[in-house]
Amino acid sequence: MTASAAREWLPAVGVFVIVLAIWEVGFLVLGVQSFLIPRPSVITEQLVSDWSTLARGLVFTGTEAVSGLVVGVALGTAAGFATARWASAREVLLPVAIGASTIPIIAFAPITLNWFGPESLLPRVTIVAVMCFFPVMVNTIRGLTNVDPGTLELLSSYAASDRQTLTKLRGPNALPYWFTALRIATTLSVIGAVVGEFFGGPLYALGIYITLQTGASRYPSAWAAIVLACVLGIVLYMVAVALERLTIPWYTARETAR
Amino acid sequence: MTSAGVPGGGAVEVPAVVEAVGVGKVFGAGSTAVTAIESVDLSIRQGEFISLIGPSGCGKSTLLRLIGDLTHPTSGTLAINGKPAARARSDRDYGMVFQAPVLMDWRTIAKNIELPLEIMGFPPDERRRRATELLKLVELEGFADRHPWQLSGGMQQRVAIARALSFDPKLLLMDEPFGALDEMTRERMNAELMSIWRRTGTTIVFVTHSIPEAVFLSTRVVVMSARPGRISQVIDIDLPAERSVETRESERYFRLVTRVREALRQFEPTDEGPEVTEAERVRAEGLA
Repeated sequence: MTASAAREWLPAVGVFVIVLAIWEVGFLVLGVQSFLIPRPSVITEQLVSDWSTLARGLVFTGTEAVSGLVVGVALGTAAGFATARWASAREVLLPVAIGASTIPIIAFAPITLNWFGPESLLPRVTIVAVMCFFPVMVNTIRGLTNVDPGTLELLSSYAASDRQTLTKLRGPNALPYWFTALRIATTLSVIGAVVGEFFGGPLYALGIYITLQTGASRYPSAWAAIVLACVLGIVLYMVAVALERLTIPWYTARETAR
Repeated sequence: MTSAGVPGGGAVEVPAVVEAVGVGKVFGAGSTAVTAIESVDLSIRQGEFISLIGPSGCGKSTLLRLIGDLTHPTSGTLAINGKPAARARSDRDYGMVFQAPVLMDWRTIAKNIELPLEIMGFPPDERRRRATELLKLVELEGFADRHPWQLSGGMQQRVAIARALSFDPKLLLMDEPFGALDEMTRERMNAELMSIWRRTGTTIVFVTHSIPEAVFLSTRVVVMSARPGRISQVIDIDLPAERSVETRESERYFRLVTRVREALRQFEPTDEGPEVTEAERVRAEGLA
């Protein structure tokens, strides 16, 4: 297990280290100015010295992202179930969902600030929830409806109830689709939270911190916050992958077997 | 086996397992209507093994699906165990095996066999007992905890058969179950099915393209002709009940294979009319 896990991760880690080394040495030799892109060592230094502020920002922005993610995924899943189950719900919900997904976040963010006030988490939670809702809903619908017709006939030959068809076939069939949506939603959640903060929020929030430091020409500080936002996104994504492997191990096994 | 006399002389008429009278099926309506089968009369008794054979588009699969209540006749009457097909389906009289094994990838092999039992509310230990027994019957004892994609096509089809047998259905409907298998595997599966049928005594209706398969397995072979699909001939297979590799080499077997072949040739289409393909059938059914 540990040996195979190492074999799985080693290439990615190796590439990461090599890229960092080239970045560091190359930029030093070429003399690339730090306002363009600072070297990794400079960013790391800044991360350490700004840590107390950055840590608060990470907790704040992380809370927004995770809360919005949970709300958006829950609503998207519920809407997906309703839509797949009742044709009337499809007619009502789908246009609303498509409309919500096309809202420009940049226009929407200032409005949510007016709703809840800049210091509150809610403006960003709302934005993140709206962003995560659509991919989750669409994938849930697809997973519930894109079932093998032969298997449906088989269940009908057993005189299975609608409820049994849902729990024995449609539900399990939807899980891989749902987890794909969850992965997408995790990365969207961090983007939504950070971009939402550009329009207001406490000064230590990662999005605000990035804009303030850039405005003051303190680029390494801005980059430290950017790196932290990336790390947050990657961690959330990996949590989603781990949940997927725990919940549908057969899927991972089948994909590797192919 | 074919009729049950009740002690005391007061004979009670045992209804045939399948009783079709003048059954017809038209897909679609108006100018796009396609007649899949027309005026089919067929009576199948308890314990029989009936093969439906005929050219593509002769409606043999449609007839099987009508019997199984997966589609409904547009004319005639159809009774299963003396009741309407829909009642028979809700009474869980049918075990079905399709050309594709349609196993659930998220379930292990044992759990796939238990699926109908779960739906029908069998207690867990009874489900496990039956799954174990059936895995032995289809010679897949070591594969209980594997997943479908880890098995070959022939093994997957054996799982599908075990699943269909799990709840002791009164009638087993098989739609070209070995159609996707190579000749060697198919012959081995034929022999296995034969022994399963002999041990369980289940009535089987079997759709096939293969003349040797139909003759080897059946008590009667129903030959169908196309456009519109009709029963053209019913051939009794008077081979010994015990059939083996030697059966396939016997003269009587060859004679029967020739008879079925000639029956099929007699009704070979002379004009190249449109054939009802699977896709057309599905489309027509969607419109209906």
